[in-house]
Order: sequence, then structure tokens, then C-alpha cells
Amino acid sequence: MTALLSRHAACIYWMGRYIERAENLARILDVNETYSRDSRGGQNWRSIVELYNDKNQFDELYEDYDDKNVLSFYVLDSRNPSSLVSAVQTARENARTLRPLISTEMWVHMNVFSNWIRGTREEDLKEGRLSRLCMQVRQECQAHTGITEGTFYRDESWYFYQLGRMIERADQTTRLLDVKYHMLLPSLHDVGSALDVSQWNALLRSAAGYHAFRRVYPTGFAVPNVVAFLLFNDSFPRSVHASIGQFESQLTDLRQKFQLMGGADALGELYDVRTVLSESSVDAIMTRGLHEFLDWTQQRIISVGDKLSADFFS
Amino acid sequence: MNNHLANLFSDYQSNDFYCELFGNSQRGLRPDTQAIIERLSTLDPERLRQRAQDAERELYNLGITFTVYTQRDVIDRILPFDVLPRVIDTADWKRIESGVIQRVSAINHFLQDIYHEGRILKDAIVPNELILENPNFRPEMRDLQVPHGTYVHVSGIDIVRGEDGKFRVLEDNVRTPSGVSYVVENRHLMQRAFPDLMEGTGIEPVSNYGQKLHEALIEVAPAQVLDPRVVLLSPGSYNSAYFEHIFLAREMGVPLVEGRDLIVEDSRVFMKTIKGLIPVDVIYRRLNDDFLDPQVFNSTSLLGCAGLMDAYAKGNVTLANAVGTGVADDKAVYAYMPRIIRYYLDEEPILDNVETHICREAEGLQYTLNHLEELVVKPVGEAGGYGITVGPKASQEELESCRASLLENPANYISQPMINLSVCPTLAEDGIMPRHVDLRPFAVTGKETWVLPGGLTRVALRPGSIIVNSSQGGGSKDTWVLRSSRG
Repeated sequence: MTALLSRHAACIYWMGRYIERAENLARILDVNETYSRDSRGGQNWRSIVELYNDKNQFDELYEDYDDKNVLSFYVLDSRNPSSLVSAVQTARENARTLRPLISTEMWVHMNVFSNWIRGTREEDLKEGRLSRLCMQVRQECQAHTGITEGTFYRDESWYFYQLGRMIERADQTTRLLDVKYHMLLPSLHDVGSALDVSQWNALLRSAAGYHAFRRVYPTGFAVPNVVAFLLFNDSFPRSVHASIGQFESQLTDLRQKFQLMGGADALGELYDVRTVLSESSVDAIMTRGLHEFLDWTQQRIISVGDKLSADFFS
Repeated sequence: MNNHLANLFSDYQSNDFYCELFGNSQRGLRPDTQAIIERLSTLDPERLRQRAQDAERELYNLGITFTVYTQRDVIDRILPFDVLPRVIDTADWKRIESGVIQRVSAINHFLQDIYHEGRILKDAIVPNELILENPNFRPEMRDLQVPHGTYVHVSGIDIVRGEDGKFRVLEDNVRTPSGVSYVVENRHLMQRAFPDLMEGTGIEPVSNYGQKLHEALIEVAPAQVLDPRVVLLSPGSYNSAYFEHIFLAREMGVPLVEGRDLIVEDSRVFMKTIKGLIPVDVIYRRLNDDFLDPQVFNSTSLLGCAGLMDAYAKGNVTLANAVGTGVADDKAVYAYMPRIIRYYLDEEPILDNVETHICREAEGLQYTLNHLEELVVKPVGEAGGYGITVGPKASQEELESCRASLLENPANYISQPMINLSVCPTLAEDGIMPRHVDLRPFAVTGKETWVLPGGLTRVALRPGSIIVNSSQGGGSKDTWVLRSSRG
């Protein structure tokens, strides 16, 4: 049996990450247009730039944080490596490198997806059309993961694909929580108001968690409940805990099944994060500072990625 | 029967050119293709066009593309595909096949000789300086033994057919010839687009190319290795032939590596995997000699692997093709190929060269200068159609500049008559039209040589053009070798 090339392992991991990133970004843009309005009734587009820590890069390329600029930056602009167009292109370039490993159906879909998104124009971002665009991106990402699930040969590369998706998902959910929470701080006096409810509603919807949340908490939008749901819930696939748990079990399986020595450091780091996530109460976290906690979690996630990379990708 | 012909081919005229489907000028000269003609004739031109469009879209979606780089963009282009196949009958194919095998055999003998005793040079069959001063002659290869004396494992011999219906070799490609992936993919495309057309036609299959190549590469592995591990070495995803590298790696089920995936330790080659370093025994490299090893060749190359030549020289790894094969497909050496065949094999060439005048020889130079406006003059060192003067199409100025270059450095040139390439019926905007074609059969050599039935038919899609290169409006066709009815 031939072992997976380190370079290919990195490519497939990043292909998974970029598709997951594109899906999350599409969710956030969509929900922002539909639900997120600040106290003056305007849509708050700046929060998205903050969410992704892209302020410096944005300021270099654009002036105002209006819908047109922010959407251009996040959908079309190939100068932004995280724009939808860039993320899908990067995923496609990785897929191109991986052609000898991935299924023809995965490749064909990736080509159709990337050819389509490259054809997106400014006018597709206008109100009323953005939502359709975001929905299609989300569906193409889901088609990609579905085709992959159904056709991709289950060797080591499958596990690296899953690792990439899960780590990206955990990271995206912490960012989502972080910025929304941050954004709400100045208006704490609004807690429980119609605006506040719509904000949390939007937050849950962007993570596709609204209905699942309702099953756990049939009434109300208590902030700690939403935070706890997105951080800890083990049955909700986009929660931080569930994503990290998936990552951990995939990595464990990968090492056992293919008798790999690498990955031990990443597992050690993960164990720390998961222990903290399992043992912390949401009240304690919010008292000490949700932002600080999320920041710590993001740092650990980055460190897990670095350790994985050091063991397998170089 | 003629009622059928009234459909698809009713307006088709191949004029004075040899037609690959109908033969010479009048129809029906090729009895072997009659059944195919009847079948094709029943196609409705509009439906044909529709299916052709579907086929091209499929190629694009499948990413069966070559890559073109411009200042600001990376463009993936498909090689335009023409749905009307090029048909080769059994007798013609037998001739091509045996001619290619003969040629590859002579080339391998030649390489073995010039990197060892150099008998052919001592016997003055081929001029000494033509070989020893050739930039593609690699002194590093002197006295190095390659398994089974096979230097050229993969070759693509370009063949054309003139007005007289005779096949002739136009060019040998024995470095890293490309195009075989299109042969296989074109066939797959035809099978999907025209299952009705192909059913029961008795066409030689082409889908086993990868398997044959893999078998040959295992045969040439270093003798001491029990279970040889083969890899395909590519310059990377920015190479215009990257699709083909993917295709071949996948067909053979071997890893597609780049130079940065390889490392040499103790004169052994390894690849870097998630399991650590794993030994590599045979490298099918799609990288030119120059880039293989920065310690020996181009020191700035990042595409190869330092120490590779050392491992190679010690016999710990096989490179396919061997280093230094470029000296054999040089255009000047090409001119000597009929003599090379006679010298080593004591046989007459089965496939002739295109008549070639060697300008380093006084007679050839004189003839070339006297007939400049009729001849195609080619510099010997260049590949890909660069620096060629096509006499009948050149301006007076171009002819004079060519004459000056010839007189200044005659050894750098050969000349050939302009060949009226054969044509194939091809789907054009205004109907079915004759378009010029060539043929590149691919041969695979381990212990012995096997030729993929058919090969790549390139077609010049512009009316009247004889340039079949993809960069200049060329496309390709599926190539059907008819199975012998006598079994």
C-alpha cells in the first residue's frame, strides 16, 4: 500500500477547510442581510469585517463600510483570500492538485461550482438577489460534501478532508459567537427587546441552529442559552464542542487505522480544549468574559492546526 | 448505399488531398472504411452539432484542459474536439505499428551505443560532432547501464500522410512526449456521445494504456527490487500538461509527485508521506533533463530533486525516459534515422522519413539554397515549431533572412519539401469540410515495445491550415483502428 504524500494530505485538508469557510461565509452574509439591523435600522456590515479580523485589509481596499463595499469584498474580490470567489478558487486549485485522488464526480462538481461563481457580477449582490446567491453557494458546498461523502475512497485522505472541515467549522462558530456578542455589548440595555431577539435569531439561523435550539429551549432567547447551545451542545453539528469532538475522533481513527505515529501533539492540545469545554459552565464563562474565552479557544484551534501540519504536512 | 451518402457527406470534397476516410479524390477507394462511412452517413448534421457541443461542455466540466497563462489570468482551455473520427484500416495500422516498433528499437540501440562504445560515430555513419557537441547529449550518461538497454520507454512518433497516401515520419519525440491522455479521453467521450455509432464497429480499444505503461515501468525497475514502487514526477499543477500527469498517475494507480515530495538519502530516493519516508524505485518523469537535479543540471531548478542523478548513476532508481534521450530526437539526427535503422537492425525502414536535406552536408545545403521558396527550413535545436521558415508562404524578406542564416550556420538547419497533409471530414461552421491531420502514435517500451492502437490525431481546424498545434487553432479527433476481420 502506498502512503499518502504529505503535500496531498495538506491539500485535501485545505480543500475541506476552504469549502467549509465558503459555506459559513455565505450563511453569515445571507443572514446579515435578512435579519441583522442595528439600532438605527441600518444593516450592520462592519460587524462582518470585524468577525473575520479583516479590518486592515478592508481599509486598504475600500473606504466606507457600506453594503456594496463589504459585499464586494466578501463575495467577488479576488484580492481578499477569504472572499467566496477566492475560497472556492483555492478549493478548486487544491482539487486540481488532488485529481489523482478525488473522484471524477467531485472534480466535475468543483469545476461547475467554480466556473459558476467566477461568473458572479456586482449586480448579483443587489438586495433581493444576494440571498439567492448565498443560498446557491451554500447548496453547492453541501453538494460538494455530499458528493464527497458518497464517492470519495475511504483512505487516509478522507480523514484529512474531515479534519479540515471540522477544524474550520469549530473556528467559524467561535468567530460568529464572538462578533455577535461583541456587537451587542454597547446595547446591553436592549436585552430582551425586539432588536435583541432578532439579533440572536439571526445568529442561530446563520448557524442553521434555530430549529434545533428551539427543540432544546422551547421558549425565549436567553443569551446564555444561545451561547451554551453553540458552544457545548453535543448533538448540534455546528457547535464548537461537536466539531472539536468530531475532529478528535477522526484523528484518533486515522492514527489507529493507518498506524501513524504523527498527530499525538494535536490530540494532546485537543484534549485540553475539550476538557475545558466539557467542564465549564456558561455562566462562569460569561462572567469571566466570553470574548476572552472565545479568543483562547481560537488560539488553541490554531495551535492544533499547527501541530497537525508539523506532523503530517511537512 | 449512395442514398445514405447523400446525407452527411453529400457536399464533401477532399480536392487533391488524400482523405483518411474516402481515399484519393474519388470516393470508395478504401473498401475497409465503407461500413464506417455508411454508419456516419446516417447522422443528421444538426444532431451531430448538438452532440459535439455536449461533448465539448463535458470536456470543460471534466477539466480535461490544458492551461494557458496570460499576464492576469489562468485560463483552462479544452483541446477542441472534432466528433468525426479518423479511421485507420488494419493494413495501414500494421505498417505504422511495425514501423514505430522498428524505429524505437533503432533509437534505443543508438542511445546505448553513443553512451558506450560509440561505434556508429567511429564508423562515420553519423557525424561525431553532431552527437558529442549536441546540447542534449549528456556526458553524465556515459557508461551508465540502464535496465534492458531501454532508454526510451515512452515515445510519440509524429506521422503524416501525403497526397500519394504514404505514411512518413515527420518527427520523433523521445523525451517527454504528451498527448496520450487525449487519446483515451477522446475515446471515452465518443463512447458516451455516440454509443449507437460505435456499437459493433470492431475498433481496437485504447483504455489499457495506463496498465501497459505501468507493466513496462515495473519491468525496468532496478533488478534488486522485489516489489517496485513507481511514481510519476510532474513539474506541478502549473504545467500546461498537468491534466495528463494526473490522468496517467490515476490510470497507473501510482502517486503523482513533485520534486519537493522527493528526497535523496544515501543515494536512495524517497518520497515524503504522512508515514514518513518511503522508497521510490521507478520515476516516470515528465520533467526535462535540465530540471531533474539542481546538483548536476540547472542549479536554479526547484522542480527536481537534489541527488537524483547520484541515485540514478548508482542504479538505485530507474528514470523513464532515461536522461539524455533528447539527442535522438534532434531534427538533425532525425535526418540520419534511416541510416541509423539500417546500421543497427540491418533492415530497410518500414516508415520513411519525410525527404530531408541535411544542410551540414554540402549537397543538402546547395539543394536547399536553390529551392528555398519550395522548402520548409527548420532549425535543428528548436522544438514546438519555432524558427521555421515555410518557403511557399514566406515573404521575399523572410526568404533572404533565412538564406543568410543558412549560409552563416548551415549545420543548424535541415530542409524538407512542403507536405500536403492528408485530410479528414471535419465538422466546420458551414458543414462537413476537409481539414488537415497528422498522427502521433504512442509506444511503450519495457523489455519490448507495445504501440497503443491509433494514437493522437491532431487536426488543423482553420480552413487550409496545416498547423495542427493546439496553440494555433488545432484540435483532436478520436482515432479508430479497425480490428482485423481475419481475427
